[in-house]
Amino acid sequence: MTQVIDRRVNGKRKSAVNRQRFLKRFKLQIKKAVSESIDKRSITNVGNGKKISIPPKDISEPAFHHGQGGQRENILPGNTDFIAGDRINRPPKSGSGSGSEASNEGEGNEDFMFELSRDEFIEFFFEDLALPDLVKTQLTAATDFKSIRAGHTSDGVPTNINIIRSLKGALARRIALRAPHKKHLRDAEEELKKAIEAQNEAAASSLRREIELLKKKIASIPFIDSFDLRYNNRTLVPKPTSQAVMFCLMDVSGSMDEERKNIAKRFFTLLYLFLTKNYEHIDLVFIRHHTTAKEVDEDEFFHSRETGGTVVSSALDMMHKIILDRYPTNEWNIYGAQASDGDNWHDDSAVCKDILGNKIMPLVQYYAYVEITAERHQLLWKEYETIAEIQSNFAMQDIKGLEDIYPVFRRLFKKQMA
Amino acid sequence: MSNQYISTSSDWTFEQIMRYDKEISRIASAYGLDTYPNQIEIISAEQMMDAYSSQGMPLGYHHWSFGKHFVSTEQNYRRGQMGLAYEIVINSNPCIAYLMEENTMMMQALVIAHAAYGHNSFFKNNYLFKTWTNADAIIDYLLFAKNFIKECETRYGETEVELLLDSCHALMNHGVDRYCRPSRLSADEERLRQSEREEHLQLQVNDLWRTIPQKENKDTVANEPNYPSEPQENILYFIEKNAPLLKPWQREVVRITRKVAQYFYPQRQTQVMNEGWATFWHYTILNTLYDEGLVNDGFMVEFLRSHTSVVAQPSYNSPYYSGINPYTLGFSMMSDIKRICENPTDEDRHWFPEIAGSDWKKTMDFAMRHFKDESFILQYLSPKLIREMKLFSILDDDTRLKLEVTAIHNDDGYLQIRRSLADQYNLSKREPNIQIHNVDRNGDRSLTLRHTVHNRQPLDKSLTDVMKHLTRLWGFTVRLETIDEKNKVEVAHECIVEN
Repeated sequence: MTQVIDRRVNGKRKSAVNRQRFLKRFKLQIKKAVSESIDKRSITNVGNGKKISIPPKDISEPAFHHGQGGQRENILPGNTDFIAGDRINRPPKSGSGSGSEASNEGEGNEDFMFELSRDEFIEFFFEDLALPDLVKTQLTAATDFKSIRAGHTSDGVPTNINIIRSLKGALARRIALRAPHKKHLRDAEEELKKAIEAQNEAAASSLRREIELLKKKIASIPFIDSFDLRYNNRTLVPKPTSQAVMFCLMDVSGSMDEERKNIAKRFFTLLYLFLTKNYEHIDLVFIRHHTTAKEVDEDEFFHSRETGGTVVSSALDMMHKIILDRYPTNEWNIYGAQASDGDNWHDDSAVCKDILGNKIMPLVQYYAYVEITAERHQLLWKEYETIAEIQSNFAMQDIKGLEDIYPVFRRLFKKQMA
Repeated sequence: MSNQYISTSSDWTFEQIMRYDKEISRIASAYGLDTYPNQIEIISAEQMMDAYSSQGMPLGYHHWSFGKHFVSTEQNYRRGQMGLAYEIVINSNPCIAYLMEENTMMMQALVIAHAAYGHNSFFKNNYLFKTWTNADAIIDYLLFAKNFIKECETRYGETEVELLLDSCHALMNHGVDRYCRPSRLSADEERLRQSEREEHLQLQVNDLWRTIPQKENKDTVANEPNYPSEPQENILYFIEKNAPLLKPWQREVVRITRKVAQYFYPQRQTQVMNEGWATFWHYTILNTLYDEGLVNDGFMVEFLRSHTSVVAQPSYNSPYYSGINPYTLGFSMMSDIKRICENPTDEDRHWFPEIAGSDWKKTMDFAMRHFKDESFILQYLSPKLIREMKLFSILDDDTRLKLEVTAIHNDDGYLQIRRSLADQYNLSKREPNIQIHNVDRNGDRSLTLRHTVHNRQPLDKSLTDVMKHLTRLWGFTVRLETIDEKNKVEVAHECIVEN
């Protein structure tokens, strides 16, 4: 006897555990692939799932097989023009699938490719990293309220009257209150008809009076009563701040070459990715500067070249202005990331310290500064160091080459011990 | 007439599936197919990928390698590089057949005929399956295995178990008995006797090693009989019973992988026959449905389209060629047997005197019961089929500059082609012959394996990794010797463990 069972309902994602095991097992390789992949993408694009490839050597499942070589005889189908004894040249390597068919499947030389979901990708990226004080900020940031619908009430201000509800109520009330009068009216009208037929004038005139009275009663039932009114109700719910703005500040003076910009891009990308994990909505503001600062789009930010001297404070000033104009701190979590080669107009560094320390730091959740230089630190670094001493949400690092970026990032946002 | 059709649209319903099953079952038993009861399960594409990646085991223990297969299957499926199998069928009692929900009504009927009656009867009656697998107990056993391994993971840590499983998996193909008959596996007993066995095994192992510390003079050592007294083909079995350092639970895990390998071993030996048998029957049964007027022309056209693509065999020089299609070979051979029985030619009478003109149902039933791919081809591949498939044989010798065509589909070639094709399906030739040769019981406890080289075919590079895995299981030095056709023995690889 056959049984038919519908299994679609249960046992979904049975292999999820195995998939997790696979990812766990090849964590190192996957991480490497993940960090290699970021510089090929635009900042906002990095988080969208990622094809990962791992060298086949690392994940092969070895077993004893025969390798190439030796002597073997194969049967093939579809002979067209060979006869026994023919000698033929060996086919080129790539087309040699005929020989060792099924025996060594999965042993190809190509990389093993698969796709990580967005979450998995970011998880790999940010494993055991966390922005300091992030949790705290999120918990206390609920200063904003939003009002949401919460049913209806019988009391409220006229602007909130819900017309449909109110009229529905009125209609019901009218029908209910009229019903008994209408019944009497019908009865009375019938009796009146009989009385007229019987030519009983006295009875007829008293019935006519009654009918008139009943009609008046029906007419006096109000179309709408204050009793019918319904008001939309709204309640206030605390709204967690779920949006952040990230300021990318970069020095584009002549001394920042392509390689340095590339490093900076990585740094910004990493920060962006981290924020996407924690916030629903993120604005990016790109400010580039040499002697003057300018707000630009991403493409221009990374790709156009300028020359000239460097006045860092111009960018900081602009950032401060933009925050005041567009990003009120009660609605936005503000993050700043600044990349520079450390060059600055000599007199300007003290100004930078002043703007950053006194104006910007009180407004931002976190500010990170990276200096991309192989040389000695200049005055800007020293000034910033004094800020780092006072402010716990300020971090600074120097980076020497492309290979430094990832470890540096980890150090920057390392989970702080409580 | 038309109101007799079981279905007229391509959407399926449970009622229609039941109805098809009823009709197919009736036809199948009229043809004399003997089957386990069926359990047909409708699953989604994702569940099909799950089933795929766990080798079709309905419940498997967890391991990263299954995840890897899942990931790559999913990837290929999403990109549209491959369609999923329409069906997976499990050798169990009741026989479980998975039907994918995306299938059309015709596909579901085809799959029911193919899997639930074709494969099912093969599982129940083929001698290899009868000898090596126990359909009643497999589900219970897999459940036991899954739970046992889960318990080990909690007790000894996931990593520990994972590493052990890695090593076992590397040796799985050499964890089967090829020649001696197995003892039946029964889940209940398994559970009951497991702890008993643990103690017992440990005791035996200890016994084996008790003699070690004694320092004796060299003469007596030389006279010691070789251990094992005969070469052991089942490496995992040998490890389970003799590895000195394994803990009881580790032995049990080795045993589980060995049992799973053994369970799948018959399937690997009967691919052509099994698929050929099932394809032959879905073809025959669906045609009967049509003859009886239960399905309409549209159904048949869709069926024939699908059937012909299943049994298509691209030529060796086609870009789609990827070896001989077992469906084609199996289906053609089965159909050919029927033809030889019903309409034998003189050639058939000469080549197959014992079956030409006999009852085709009985002859095919006999063939299904008593053969595996290798012997089936050797017995039944007819010259007519060799001509139809235009089979030819190529000798690939790495000492010669060119390949040589050694036989084609002519009178001189039939026998040789039949023999080589049969050899191609001989698992013991396809896989390297590696056996346990010696354990140095009085010395460093090293384990020696011997690879008997066949036609100078070397081992693949992954050999070094396998040896590391073997060393992990054995715990002492492991070496691999090769012995060539001239009986020359050489050490091919050694994994030394310092004590």
